[in-house]
Amino acid sequence: MQASRASDRLLQIYLGVFLVYLFLPLVIMAAATFNTSRFPTVTPWLGTTTRWFEALYNDAGMWVALENSFIIGFFVILVSVPLGVAAAVVLNGVHARARSLLYAVMVSPLLTPGVIIGISTLVFWDRLGVKGGLHLAVIGQSSFITAYVMLMVLARLQRFDTSLEEAALDLGASHGQVFRRILAPHLKPAILSGAVLAFFQSFENYNTTLFTRGTDTTLTIYIASKVRTGLTPAVNALGLILILVTVVGAVAYEVMRRRESARERAALRNAERADMEALQIA
Amino acid sequence: MSQDVVLDHVTMRFGDFTAVRDINLTVKAGEFFSFLGPSGCGKTTILRILSGFTEPTEGQVRIGGRDMAGIGPNQRPTALIFQNLALFPLMTVWENIAFGLEVRGVSKEKRRKRAMELLDLIAMPDAADKRISELSGGMKQRVAIARALAVEPKVMLLDEPLSALDLKLRQHMRAELRAIQRRTGVTFIYITHDQGEALTMSDRVAVMSRGRIEQVGAPSDIYDAPRTPFVATFVGENNRFAGTVASVEGGVARVDTPAGPLAGKAGEGVRPGDPAVLFVRPERMRMGQACPNQLSARIHHVDFEGSFANLFLAGPGGGELIVQASNDGALPSLSPGIELSLGFPPESAVVLPASAEAAA
Amino acid sequence: MSELFRRYGTGMTLTMLAGVAVWVLAMVVLPYFVMVEYSFHPNLTVVEMGGPKDHYTLENYAALFRGVDLLHWDFPDDFRVFLRTMWGASLVTFICLLVCYPVAFYLAKVATPERTAFLLLILVIPFWINEILRTFSWYILLAYSGPLNIVLKALGIIDAPVRWLSGSAGVLIGMTYAFLLFMMFPLYNALETLDRNQIEAARDLGAPTWRIHWRVVIPHAKPGIAVGCIMVFVLAASSYVVPALLGSPGTRWFTETIYSWFFEAQNWPLGSAYAFILLGLCVAFILLMMRLFRVGLTDIAK
Repeated sequence: MQASRASDRLLQIYLGVFLVYLFLPLVIMAAATFNTSRFPTVTPWLGTTTRWFEALYNDAGMWVALENSFIIGFFVILVSVPLGVAAAVVLNGVHARARSLLYAVMVSPLLTPGVIIGISTLVFWDRLGVKGGLHLAVIGQSSFITAYVMLMVLARLQRFDTSLEEAALDLGASHGQVFRRILAPHLKPAILSGAVLAFFQSFENYNTTLFTRGTDTTLTIYIASKVRTGLTPAVNALGLILILVTVVGAVAYEVMRRRESARERAALRNAERADMEALQIA
Repeated sequence: MSQDVVLDHVTMRFGDFTAVRDINLTVKAGEFFSFLGPSGCGKTTILRILSGFTEPTEGQVRIGGRDMAGIGPNQRPTALIFQNLALFPLMTVWENIAFGLEVRGVSKEKRRKRAMELLDLIAMPDAADKRISELSGGMKQRVAIARALAVEPKVMLLDEPLSALDLKLRQHMRAELRAIQRRTGVTFIYITHDQGEALTMSDRVAVMSRGRIEQVGAPSDIYDAPRTPFVATFVGENNRFAGTVASVEGGVARVDTPAGPLAGKAGEGVRPGDPAVLFVRPERMRMGQACPNQLSARIHHVDFEGSFANLFLAGPGGGELIVQASNDGALPSLSPGIELSLGFPPESAVVLPASAEAAA
Repeated sequence: MSELFRRYGTGMTLTMLAGVAVWVLAMVVLPYFVMVEYSFHPNLTVVEMGGPKDHYTLENYAALFRGVDLLHWDFPDDFRVFLRTMWGASLVTFICLLVCYPVAFYLAKVATPERTAFLLLILVIPFWINEILRTFSWYILLAYSGPLNIVLKALGIIDAPVRWLSGSAGVLIGMTYAFLLFMMFPLYNALETLDRNQIEAARDLGAPTWRIHWRVVIPHAKPGIAVGCIMVFVLAASSYVVPALLGSPGTRWFTETIYSWFFEAQNWPLGSAYAFILLGLCVAFILLMMRLFRVGLTDIAK
């Protein structure tokens, strides 16, 4: 017992160091935004300023890159969500042997290095006469982001009671109506999370984009090139904004998810209560 | 045109396995008809064939004289109540009920109005806007029925819909189902392995075993005049005495059994010299009375149930016997170890060929 | 397949199958196939393609190994980079495992559920932050006159500032930081399913702490270790940003070599061959882990 308490204490200290290790670099990067130094650092602190935000705002290249990232993200959602849903439904409906093969092929892009996805996309489309650019970045990114969407939808699909489809058919619904009214609403949460994840993955992608972008620049490409040439704390300002947006988004997503599960639990409690009451009457 | 449901030489095979074998049957319009049998007897397959989710390997299904081959579940005049009910969890109660109308393009006001009428029918007028997850088991049951009725089916198919409910609610729902069927006049085809459900609700029952129909008849026929040993043992309790047929005269067969010679109504195919089984119901056994069929047995266990008592006895030849003694005020003192003299009139017993039992 | 048609009807099933075909064939399988096929061609101009000079060759693969002299332990540049990548990625994987294991164990088996839930939420945040930004933060930290050198000097640990960014140290530090959490979560998920009583029982039987971990906890965490190692290794081996930002010309990574063959030397067939070699390295590592830890594909894709 004594030994365990001592080791628990050690673990706690380790965890503390670990958290510092995890967050201090980000804090320092954020702090460097407000240093007047032309090179992003906190040592020495030359004075506090917000002018790097201004510099960022006036950087036309940043705006172009940002716009490109949004354009790509939008089209990646447009491509990967429908394909991911179709893939999950098909995977769920084929026989066991075909399923494991198809599954292996479908998840393989998740284990493939992003640079290789980019290269294979580039080479393949080049042979068909299509050069790099935003469109190719969309195709390259979608090839693995679709797999993420597929996995999310598949997880939800496996919790779907297929007798609901049969019931709807039996009540006279066409196959299209079954899909729209029964299956799609069930999959909606997974589709929405899939879309959010798809955009996010697209927005922060670097490796695949690097090879497929042609001469276009996305925000990640822009940041990387700024670090190597022409680095100023304006990059930190951009980083700080992205971090804040990410944190707010992640927390909002988490809160939403928890609220949803709390609501489901409450509904279940209601049902149980209704059953008890019904029995007392009967 | 009458809306009879006809199964004409229907056979269903899955690979080497024959789930349903040459079924010929007519369910009359407006009837409450049950398929009764143990799990795996093929009754669910019949239901899926009737609803259109499966096409039979051979034979024809006709509803109202119309061949159903190639007609999908969404175009048949049938509505299926699923074992798990399959209510749509993301729709409210009234949307569930009105779903069949919605997909037929009925306007929202009309749908809502019809849903409210049906909610009245199932005595849940205030539940329209509730979520499915807020309903109790019995309420879900009724909503499922209302949802099926909303499309005005000619035939309602029910797949053991009461099996998820507890005993009390189940008994209550039996009466309710029967009442709804009477009120609407829709043909009900009911699948169950619970003989109590089949006997209490149905106009007619088909007892199934291994993909075949063993017997079709009114509940009292099934119970009192089983035609095969399977029906005799599957429906209700029965005492059985195996032996050899000594004679068949005037519809009465005499069987030589280890318990002595016993007589009962002769079933189809009972011939002198053949092995046969005599079945007699526990409640038809009489104690100490002078009857043509006499035997004695020793009590080894008594279950007193209040209005009656079940006596478990070791019969002559070692077989176990059950006797149900009505608590009519003249119940003698019954305790294990007592030797009882028992008897039953021949018209209370049925003699069936043993060969049919072996085949079953 | 017939079940699909039965459930969703002909039109919709065909639409979905077409979608799947577009993804699987046009976006996954065929590009790989074409890239591999391309890598067996000599580097030709568009005009020369399909002409007499166009023939299948192993030249692009041989190029990586040409000049390898095991006797004098002498390697050509590209091969040196390849070895560095392999070795570096392995090292990063191992460091991540060491660093994460205590934290994952603490989260899964020591902390109270409320604390774990809170800490997990905290840990997810850097996970969501862009890899480039995470790397960039170390660029500031490791700079010659940056905070790390100043602190270390003030503490008396070093006498003169260290040039972190001109050796391999910067790359390894940055990669460990960037991919750490890909080890953390699989490890945590695996440890979370371990019954606390097993640890108690082992302790009750008198096992010292290290032995409990060696005999009880680590064997249970095997699938998580495998998945974590696979993730980190693949990410590290194929990272471009981290060596590009935190490395120097002397610490090139194989991805950088591939990139320069593609876009600087304009030798796509050679680049494709190298990409395929990198893929082969990753696949080999994945298969090794799957064999070593006996895990399947479904365990990995979570």
